[in-house]
Amino acid sequence: MTDPAEGIIDKPADSRYVFRARKGLNEEIIREISGQKKEPGWMLEKRLESYRIFLGKPVPTWGPDLSRLDFDEIIFYIRPEDYKAMRWEDVPEDIKKTYDALGIPETEKKYLAGLVAQYESEAVYTNLKKAWDSKGVIFTDMDSAVREHPELVKEYFMTKCVPATDNKFSALHGAVWSGGSFVYVPKGVKVEIPLQTYFRMNTRSFGQFEHTLIIVEPGAEVHYIEGCTAPRYSVSSLHSAVVEIFVKDGARARYTTIQNWSTDVYNLNTKRALVYENGIMEWVGGSLGSGVTMLYPASLLVGKGARAEHLNIAFAGKGQNKDTGAKVILMAPDTSASITAKSISKDGGRSVYRGLVKITGNATGARAHVECQSLMLDDRSSVDTIPIIEQFTPQSSVGHEATVGRIDEEQLFYLMSRGVSRDDAVALIVRGFIEPVAKELPMGYAVELNRLIQLEMKGA
Amino acid sequence: MPLLEIEALHVEIEGKKIINGLDLTINPLEVHALMGPNGSGKSTLSYAIMGHPRYKVTGGDIRFNGASILHMPVDERARLGIFLGFQYPMEVSGVSVENFLRTAAEAKERKDVPILAFHRALLKRAEAMSIPQSFLDRYLNEGFSGGEKKRNEVLQMAVLVPKLAVLDEIDSGLDIDALRLVAEGVNRLIHEDRLSLLLITHYQRVLEYIEPGFVHIMVGGRIVKSGGYELAQQLDKMGYEWVREA
Ligand SMILES: Nc1ncnc2c1ncn2[C@@H]1O[C@H](COP(=O)(O)OP(=O)(O)OP(=O)(O)O)[C@@H](O)[C@H]1O
Ligand SMILES: [Mg+2]
Repeated sequence: MTDPAEGIIDKPADSRYVFRARKGLNEEIIREISGQKKEPGWMLEKRLESYRIFLGKPVPTWGPDLSRLDFDEIIFYIRPEDYKAMRWEDVPEDIKKTYDALGIPETEKKYLAGLVAQYESEAVYTNLKKAWDSKGVIFTDMDSAVREHPELVKEYFMTKCVPATDNKFSALHGAVWSGGSFVYVPKGVKVEIPLQTYFRMNTRSFGQFEHTLIIVEPGAEVHYIEGCTAPRYSVSSLHSAVVEIFVKDGARARYTTIQNWSTDVYNLNTKRALVYENGIMEWVGGSLGSGVTMLYPASLLVGKGARAEHLNIAFAGKGQNKDTGAKVILMAPDTSASITAKSISKDGGRSVYRGLVKITGNATGARAHVECQSLMLDDRSSVDTIPIIEQFTPQSSVGHEATVGRIDEEQLFYLMSRGVSRDDAVALIVRGFIEPVAKELPMGYAVELNRLIQLEMKGA
Repeated sequence: MPLLEIEALHVEIEGKKIINGLDLTINPLEVHALMGPNGSGKSTLSYAIMGHPRYKVTGGDIRFNGASILHMPVDERARLGIFLGFQYPMEVSGVSVENFLRTAAEAKERKDVPILAFHRALLKRAEAMSIPQSFLDRYLNEGFSGGEKKRNEVLQMAVLVPKLAVLDEIDSGLDIDALRLVAEGVNRLIHEDRLSLLLITHYQRVLEYIEPGFVHIMVGGRIVKSGGYELAQQLDKMGYEWVREA
């Protein structure tokens, strides 16, 4: 039987798929996905249960308009050629081309030697640095983790952090998830070089559901980075990832991401960290591209003295709706959180900061600070700030500041008075605006973020 | 040919007439001082020369090297070689002094400027003015003291090497040592790079370091008196009353 989707999926000509799923979703497809991956029975059970939860939940209506998202039009699973590359020379040419198109500098390709890359919906190759191995650090793709570390996966995968019951998209994710990364850092181990992953999505109407699970044992430290880019297509696609992070007592985790999906993509994610006593969780994000983005990394501060820092920059250009923010629940004494959300809107783009800070009754001495800064580059664009603050103990403090700015004509005049053109002066001011985020990124990513924003500014 | 010729200039801001028929000619290598009471229109004149879009020229002309520049936007005027040292320099968050200056140098040269070579040249300029290296990594004027902002203006001028600089109260807020360093920086440009200068100031002190050939007094949007260096000394002793009465 021929696949009705076959005819449409012809653009990424040099991608070599050996299996292509049909559009839409049913139990049979889920069984196929699980079978293709040679998964143990418990994972298949988990998928099927998630699917039942998915069917029973409505599409959320409290945020951006998702009415044009048609689950019957989505392709839920594609598998790339079944091999894993261990060396740079083995990385497929078209992936290298994508890196080049991204302008990834030579220095960063060194990092790439130790990355887990996801091409289409599965990790194409895994090359874990030997040093990490010797310390007991696990950095592998999620599919392998299911087979090789079932005990850890059973305990942490969509259980206490992001259960399938959390929302419609986490349930869908639980049913069709594929690929992603698994990171385990043993007690007291500090991983100095960031762990990096690139994702890429390359087929029309193709949902990408990678799952990232990061476990940082007490006193350990890790910095995990992922970034993605996609070619442009005209048919709506869905990206719905789940990220689960466990930051144990006195541990520290940083999760950095730059996302740049093509503008027809629905980017609807659930990213959450559970932070235990004196643990520190840092989220650093740059959100470009996509049609509709819903992204609110969450930190649940469950242990005394736990801390969360959220830093995000969103760019909303023509036809884009960036609904981003943060969710922090301070559930123990002396917990603290700081949220900095920046947005740039242009050409009718819409950015919304949607944030929740909740301080529970027993979180005495908890402190939270929220700062939203929006830059509007023209009158057609719009900005909204929806901060929700719930404070259930008077012995805590929450501060909130929001500013909406335009390019300051006096600043422009000052910069231009040194001979800089208007466009370059605007670009300088915009770069300055994102600098607090860019400076938290590794060098190559900072350059890339600036480049992507300059491209967006030109409306490319 | 005169470097700058201002003829019967009229300038308005938000419908308010500020400059009312001002004439001023600056020849190459000349240093002119412009003095006058608060609100007399000195900064307005500097903005009009530089081409601030909110300051509307409603009459007269400004010529640079013989050609009118009134139609030119500010960046073009800058690239012609006009520099304005601001009375109140703007703060630009997230943009480092060095990155900004390199962008400006690239705009002037119309080509990419090698990062390392530029860095070395900038360091040399900064050292000459006792500006520490850390200053160059800081965001443009953000959190700078009044005096640091003024030094930063002169550093920018030294990097861009203009033909004509309008320095608006470059001496205000400077301590005695800083004033000397800044003045030395300006003098070096005058002697080595043939800089011509319009120096706006309230105090005779800076003129002891940067000696003007001409001193003009501006009142009510016009130059009411011009003379030599002795005019500044006279003002220092007697204030503006006698000029107003004249
Ligand atoms: N943006 C503006 N809007 C309204 N009035 C303005 C504006 N800019 C300047 N003015 C007015 O124009 C007049 C001249 O101002 P200007 O700043 O040129 O004076 P100045 O001679 O530089 O004074 P000072 O010695 O205090 O620096 C003042 O009365 C001032 O209030
Ligand atoms: Mg003034």
